[in-house]
Formats: sequence, C-alpha cells, structure tokens
Amino acid sequence: MTAHLIRGAQLVDGTRADIRLEGRRISAVGSGLDAAGATVVDADGLIALPGLVDLHTHLREPGAEESETVLTGSRAAAAGGFTAVNAMANSSPVADTAGVVEQVQALGDDAGYVTVRPIGAVSQGLQGTHLSEIGAMATSRAKVRVFSDDGSCVADPLLMRRALEYIKGFGGVLAQHAQEPRLTIGAQMNEGRLSSELGLAGWPAVAEEAIIARDVLLADHVGARLHVCHVSTAGSVEVIRWAKSRGIDVTAEVTPHHLVLTEDLIAGVDGAPGYDARYKVNPPLRSREDVDALRAALADGTIDIVATDHAPHTAEAKCCEWPAAANGMVGLESALSVVHAAVVEDGRLGWSDVARVLSEAPARIGQVAGHGQGVTEGAPAELTLYDPAAVREFSVDDLAGQSQNSPYLGMRLPGRVVATFHLGNPTLLDGRLVDAETVAAHAAAVRAGTA
Amino acid sequence: MKHLLSTADLSRADAIHILDVAEEMAEVNTREVRKLPALRGKTVVNLFFEDSTRTRISFEAAAKRLSADVINFAAKGSSVSKGESLKDTVQTLGAMGIDGIVIRHPASGAPRVLAEADWIDVPVVNAGDGTHEHPTQALLDAFTMRRRLHGSASRGTALDGVRVLIVGDVLHSRVARSNAWLLRTLGAEVTFAAPPTLLPAVDRPFGAAVHHDLDAALAEDCDVVMLLRIQQERMNDAFFPNPREYTRHFGLTAARAAALSERTLIMHPGPMNRGLEIAGVAADDPRSTVVEQVANGVSVRMAVLYLALTGEHEPKEPVA
Repeated sequence: MTAHLIRGAQLVDGTRADIRLEGRRISAVGSGLDAAGATVVDADGLIALPGLVDLHTHLREPGAEESETVLTGSRAAAAGGFTAVNAMANSSPVADTAGVVEQVQALGDDAGYVTVRPIGAVSQGLQGTHLSEIGAMATSRAKVRVFSDDGSCVADPLLMRRALEYIKGFGGVLAQHAQEPRLTIGAQMNEGRLSSELGLAGWPAVAEEAIIARDVLLADHVGARLHVCHVSTAGSVEVIRWAKSRGIDVTAEVTPHHLVLTEDLIAGVDGAPGYDARYKVNPPLRSREDVDALRAALADGTIDIVATDHAPHTAEAKCCEWPAAANGMVGLESALSVVHAAVVEDGRLGWSDVARVLSEAPARIGQVAGHGQGVTEGAPAELTLYDPAAVREFSVDDLAGQSQNSPYLGMRLPGRVVATFHLGNPTLLDGRLVDAETVAAHAAAVRAGTA
Repeated sequence: MKHLLSTADLSRADAIHILDVAEEMAEVNTREVRKLPALRGKTVVNLFFEDSTRTRISFEAAAKRLSADVINFAAKGSSVSKGESLKDTVQTLGAMGIDGIVIRHPASGAPRVLAEADWIDVPVVNAGDGTHEHPTQALLDAFTMRRRLHGSASRGTALDGVRVLIVGDVLHSRVARSNAWLLRTLGAEVTFAAPPTLLPAVDRPFGAAVHHDLDAALAEDCDVVMLLRIQQERMNDAFFPNPREYTRHFGLTAARAAALSERTLIMHPGPMNRGLEIAGVAADDPRSTVVEQVANGVSVRMAVLYLALTGEHEPKEPVA
C-alpha cells in the first residue's frame, strides 16, 4: 500500500497539520505524524484543500477529440487541483444512451487522473423533444445522477416538467442551461449599450431569468430537484434567492469567468484587439453590476458552487470573425486562481468556503461518491495543495489540456496549484503533472485491489 | 490613416480632412479625363462576402480613377462557400501581392479582426460589416450635407448645429451607427425616429435623441431627414405588423414630404423601397439628394483609398 506524508500544510480552518495518506484514505491528520514508510511531501506554506470537484466540464470525447479527450481533459483537471469532473453530455454521439456514458466513464477510469462522472442528456440528441433513456443511464455501470442538455435549454415547458418528474424517480438532478431560445436567436453577446454599439445581436438577461423563474416554479410544483448551470445575471440571482426563501429545492452554479470578466473586453479597449473570440462564451460575459451580484450571491450562499464550464476549442474555431467563432473557454487549470482573485482576496470567502463551493457542495449536488468529504481522518485521499502566496502571469505553459482558448493568458493571477492527490497518489507534484503511464497504472491497481 | 474601420474613432480634424480631400477628388470627377495616377501600380481587392453591387461598383470606380488595379472577390461561388476561413482567404490574397483590402462582411467586426490580425499587413477599408458600421456611407452623407449647406465654401467646414433626423430600422442599420457617430463628431444634432422594436433598448442610442412619433419629430423642423431602408426579412419577424402600417407611421409619404421646409434635405442611402419608407415623389423632389449621394460616394471613396494606401495627408498635385 502506498503512503504519503504531507508535512506542515495549512488546513482550511487555518490550523497547521501533517496529513498521512494510506491507500485510498486519509489515515491521520495531526501534528508530528510518523513518516515511516511514507513518501514525504513538504507542504510548508501550502493550503490543503479537499480535491476539487467540477460539476460542469466538457471533455469533448467522443466526437471532438481534436479539441479535448477524456485523457487530456483529465490532465487539465488534475493541473487545476481537481480530483473529479462531471462530463457534459453534448458529445457526438450525444451521451443519451447507457453505451455512451459507460464508455466515457471507462475512458476516465483508464486515464486515472480524476474521477470522471458522465452527465446524461435529458432529451434524445439534445433536441428537446423526446426524453432520452434516463433510466438506462441511471442504472448502467456509470450510474448517472446528473442530467443536462447543456449547450441547449430544455425549453419546452411540458418536456421540462416531465423530465424533472422522471429524473426524480431515479434520485437524480436536472441541470438546466437556462436560455429561452426564441429570445436569443442569433445572440452574440450580452444585450445592452455595448452590443448595440458593436452591432452584435444581443443575448438579453431576461432570456436566462425567465427560464429560471419558470423552472423553479415547475420544480416546486412537482417536488423535484433543480440545478441551474452557469448563472450569469443579477436578475437570476434575485430569482434564485426568492426560490430558496420559499423552500424550493434548487441549487445554482457560477463559472469562474462570470466572477471576473465583463463584456467590455469584447470592445477591445486600451489597444487590445476588438471582437476577440477568446471572450465569446455562452451565457455571455455580462456587466460589472452582474459580476458584483454573482460574487455577493456566492458569498451569501444563494449560489451554491463554482463550476468551470471548461469548454475546449481548437485554434481555428476561435481564430475568425466573432459570429463564426465557437462559444466557450477552457477553465479547469485557472479556476482556483480565478476564484482566489475574485472572492478570496477581497475577503468575501475564506478557504473553508472555497472547499465548500469547489468540493463539498458540487460533490453533494452531483452525488460524486468518494469526493467532497474534506481533509479529515478517514476521508478519501483526494486533496489539493495550493500555494496562496504565488503570483504568476498566466500563460499557455499553465494549460495542460489540448486547447488553449483561455481568456486569462497574459493576466496576473494569484496562487498556484502545487500538488493534487487522487486515489491516494499524486497526479500533480511540484506543479508538474505525473506522467500518464504512472497515473494509469496506479488507477488500474486500485481498481484491481492491488494498490 | 492606416485603416478606415469605423467613424467612431475618427477625430473631427480627421473627418474634415477626408471630406476636404474628397472635394479635390470631386473636382477631378468633373474633368474630361476623370483619372489620377496616385495609385498606379497598386492593387486593391474588393473582398465582398455579402452581395452589394452598388457599394462594390462605387469602390471599383474610385480605385480605377486613382489608377489602381482592382480585383473583385465575391464570396459566393468562391472557395469561401466551400468553407474556407477568412484567415485563409486573406492569406491567399496576400500571397498574390495586394496593397489594400476593401471588405464587406456579414459579421460585425470582421474588418477590425482582419486589420488587427497578423494575417496580412495592408490597409483595410470597411465597406460595411454586419449591423455595425458603414463608414464610407456616413462620410459621403456628411459630404453631401456639407456641399448642399455650404456650396463651394465647403472646404474646412463641419456640420455644427445641423439637425439630422434619421428614420427607420436603427437597430439593424450600420448606416445609422456610422452616421450618428460621424455627424455628432462634426457637430450635428442627431435624432432617431422609429418604433421601439427597431431601436436598441437603451437610452440615447449612439448619443442620439429618440422619437417614436415621426410627425412629432418632423415638427421640430430638421435640416436633414434621412430614411433608412427597410429590409424584407424584418417584415416576417414581428418588428412591425406590415408594410402598410410602417408607411403610415414611419414612411416619408407625399403628404409628409410636402409639409417639410423648403430647405430640408431628403436623404436615402439606397437602394430605396419606393412607396414603403419613402414616397416616389419625395425621392424625386429637388430637396432629395439620393442621386448626388451616389456621385459623392465615388469621390469620398477615392479620398479614403488615397489616404489609406498612400499614408499621405495631402493629395499630390494632380497630373493631367
């Protein structure tokens, strides 16, 4: 059995402790722990966070392996301090059958960098007309518990009602991409003064808020759980706050980019290029007021979690005129630093809150077994060591996935992920990914019970 | 001037200079031999990803009167319709050796992306991008106003205090955007008249005042009334009920034209929908500048191409 002794880490409550990992468990947390038989990792000055869990990741496999694969996306996740990701269903073929979700899970298991939990499509082919085989996916070896048509909204109110009810029968949750399609035909960026000046078709806030309002009422009516993906507007925050105050069973996520970036970047001020498609994302970057409301909502618990919406695209999908460019940004590698910059530096969130919004709550919402249980004795050996004092200019060298469509390149970001432990073994050490063969071999040994 | 992408980033001095150079070009256009050698040996590509015979011909005439060689590239039926990217198209043209690009593109911002990318390093002139800008149209409109208002004393003047009413589909109009920015830079007051469905949902779009009642707007006695073209596709998409109702409320009908002051200019960027946004008698009225706008378009585009491709501020002494 492998053992690691992490020496002198700072826990999220601010205390300093050694952490001993034995096999797949944290065997002890305390001071002056015995290093016998263990590989020692010096964690002086580093914060020990529970392994991060992303509820919203696009791994692109099957179907778009030129932008990301389960392996490369898993490496990006490990580089960002994640130990589990939930892979969205908008692959090709769509993850709407047991076969596809089992395949994605198997690829994740083989890669071994993180736990890969497939998300199942709500509707066949994400078409929004017929329910997909939700039961088959829920009872497959992948045991799918999160269902989403992300990229498309479940817009038909009757299908939405049926989906909420049906998924409830399998103990799952529906994660809605809230976007009224008729209000966003051809939409290119946040609707407002800037969109009118740039001549880009607007994506009005009401198109998100109207769907969330409808969905929380539907969820209440049928007594189902609802999760709202990538909340992006101040008005959405108000609707969710109201729903929670009424006791409606809704949770919500915000992306790192909606916590720091605003639509003004699209105008290209101060010599920056305009219409730079790195900033094209759906839902779009919004205003400073929206960013402030989202930060406040994350701090007061109205928004439960941060999820990356990691969306890799090839260079050619972004190196073109704005309307022709693909939506999405990679975000796994930068997520923790961006959250640090957005809400930790100004004191809104402490490190225990970061552990909650990036590990415990997403693991609970997504029912990701073996994750989100904190850095405590007996918990799974899933953890991340983070250097909060580091400052770096974020660059392509910080990206570990296959695509480079990061909006943060060239930005100064605080902090750095130094090590990530998954299944009791490092996937990232000294800021460098452990090689794929070693990680895969360890994961295989764990599965075989020989680790 | 390296590129002409937008009127929003033109200073007042820049704008007046372009209009003054256009006056020189207009003078050339009245001669027996309407040609200058200024761009001899240079090649200009008209890169049109959207059909626009009028604008393309105007740029072509302008380039040829400056003795440039002109290549017309229409995206339809070309490699672009087979999926070639803007980057590859431009790099292909660049490899053939060109000195300037005039681009019309359905995507807002495409000329700016082209100008700022490292795909090619030549001047870029925006000939209309999506629902964003059409700077040479605004310049020719300003030129036309200046000539009508100041006649032969136009050189060096701006449009201070001129009241311009722009009527119609402001929301989708690149002409409205470019005009609003340029006219305000030149000191004019701009007002829009349109139903709320055809205006951006913000206060004072592009710095202009707004009326939802055309007759109330006309009662303010403007110096210029400019009608925007109503595109066919707007009629099928609930922006207004039908053409009859649009004309009744926002068309420059014969009755409205008759009620205009004698000095009010009637402008339209063309092509016109006669009987829809403008009555035939209004279009043909002596106060109408529609045909002059077309003629002035060539002079203004000569000035823009000259300034962009030579990087000079004054035209060389014309060689007969």
